[in-house]
Amino acid sequence: MATATGIYHRTYKAELALRHTKAEFARLIIMAAALVAAPSVLDSYWLGIVNTILIAVIGAVGLNILVGFTGQISLGQGGFLAVGAFTSALLSTRAGLPVPLSLIAAVLVTAVIGAMFGLPALRLKGLYLAIATLASQEIILFVVKRWGFLTEDKGYVDVPRLNIFGWQIERETFETQWYWVLLPITILAVLAARNIFRTGLGRSFMAVRDQDIAAEAIGVNLTRAKVTAFAVSSGFAGLAGGLAAHYTEIVTWERYTLDVSVLYLAMIIVGGLGSVAGSVYGAIFMMVLPPILTDLAEALQDTAPFLSDQLPAIKNAVFGLAIIVFLLVEPRGLDRIWSRVKDYVRFWPFRY
Amino acid sequence: MSTFLSLTVYGLADGAILALAALGFVLIYKATQVINFAQGEFLLVGAYLFYTCFVIFRLPLVVAVVAAAALAVLLGVLVERFILRPLVGENAISVIMVTIGLSSVLKSLVQLFFGTSVREQPKILPTTQVKLLGVSIQLDRLLAIVIAGIVLVGFTIFFRRSRHGIAMRAVADDQPAALTMGISVRRVFALAWALAATSALIAGVLLADLSAVDQNIAAFGLVVFPVVIMGGLDSVPGTIVGGLTIGLLKSYVSGYADAGLAEVIPYIVLTGVLMVRPYGIFGETRIERV
Repeated sequence: MATATGIYHRTYKAELALRHTKAEFARLIIMAAALVAAPSVLDSYWLGIVNTILIAVIGAVGLNILVGFTGQISLGQGGFLAVGAFTSALLSTRAGLPVPLSLIAAVLVTAVIGAMFGLPALRLKGLYLAIATLASQEIILFVVKRWGFLTEDKGYVDVPRLNIFGWQIERETFETQWYWVLLPITILAVLAARNIFRTGLGRSFMAVRDQDIAAEAIGVNLTRAKVTAFAVSSGFAGLAGGLAAHYTEIVTWERYTLDVSVLYLAMIIVGGLGSVAGSVYGAIFMMVLPPILTDLAEALQDTAPFLSDQLPAIKNAVFGLAIIVFLLVEPRGLDRIWSRVKDYVRFWPFRY
Repeated sequence: MSTFLSLTVYGLADGAILALAALGFVLIYKATQVINFAQGEFLLVGAYLFYTCFVIFRLPLVVAVVAAAALAVLLGVLVERFILRPLVGENAISVIMVTIGLSSVLKSLVQLFFGTSVREQPKILPTTQVKLLGVSIQLDRLLAIVIAGIVLVGFTIFFRRSRHGIAMRAVADDQPAALTMGISVRRVFALAWALAATSALIAGVLLADLSAVDQNIAAFGLVVFPVVIMGGLDSVPGTIVGGLTIGLLKSYVSGYADAGLAEVIPYIVLTGVLMVRPYGIFGETRIERV
């Protein structure tokens, strides 16, 4: 029961429920309606942006599991996305595996490689770990760039248009069909992430983040927790990378540079570290920002023509400023801002 | 033999500049516990500040260096005061991310003002060929090594002997204890950023003189990480050893094997070093208490 002074539960069963208040149910229904209506409301340009957001959400949730929930800083997300993309693309084109299987394989392969690159985390902490993951990013990128047999010396892998057991994606309805493929996968991935933190394993991740030595003292297996966190997080990255490979229909190393790792870190910082919902907000914010800036520059074409000339530089500057401003003003991100808004409404007309 | 010698000189020149860039990085880390991912952009901004003073405003060389250094110091102090200080005590992720954001802003500012094309700047160091042990080598590489060496030795002496240097070491060692001894931690923080900006400026100008004034200077900043890991994040002499090692290694690998491998070899070495010694070769081992 929600009152102005807080949420109270009268039965144990009520406490265990996923959603407690009427407002939460209402929001869920509105969101579901919006997601169902999206393909018929949005034009294909914006639906395409929504699709990239859906993919980014998976990657951001994965990174947040590692950085926000387990406290292990990773600058290697771009590399892990590359592993997923290349695995799924190569298995489906060269080995002729059906796409669902190649995606599963991508998740597993990336998880294994992630766990491998997570091994230094057993001895490293904080800043040293950040630099070690930077090295893994550079090493993975070097491998996909220089091992010619991966791309048959073309420098890229062509991925055929998605065809799942005879269900073909058509050119006219490309974005809509992809939307219905990506939406359920993303929802499942987000739910899976939410559920991890309701299990012992997920709780052990958080214990490691809060105080790793204390966690070890109360019986958390540090090695297992850290390596699993890397594996789970990379698994999400592998899924996102694989989906991106089939969606964009081309895989090149240029899409997985350090800038991508930084972009994903920015998503979870802006959204909120240690919050699954925050990763979703952050992914939306970071993916919607560039097209909005483009539109803005076009709208101001006549009054300020230099804006569109300098658009790439301005986008980068705004990106950097967004990170700095969020860290200085609200280090806990959009998720915290949202919960403050909710509190404000709930306690109104009182201040708190 | 002649290839070996010229590769060595090129590697040492690169390594000396790397050591300068890494020095700024270590100064900031030692005094303020901040990992500065914007170090490469400080090099970039330094090179363009000097370019502005020297080429656009046509100041004499010495005046241009001093003016650019003054601007770089101002930038360093402002960044410390308005971006890093509010984050004192926040977790490592926030601090890293704010410097990443800063790097993005600095880079795009340079791009906004100067565009992406290469800028022409007259060579400062003479490029005449000199004979060394029968091999002809460009003089500017040798001079770059000498200049970087003088600056590095100067900083080391400053750290060991001067009042401010000792204050910085005290703050790095134990902040509360330094505060009780009457050291102004704020001033030390500002000093660390100012010195780091200066050493980045020198590194940036040297690098621009050896190669070109363009956006690629910023990419040099990433190689700083293998250097400081080799040397240990908090060791000034370590940066010299690390810088020279990585510089030579890159030069030999690109000379004898291939240039692409030279880009990644520092990171492979870095991973290897971290596996064996998690605090770098010269880094201080920290004992943690719960």
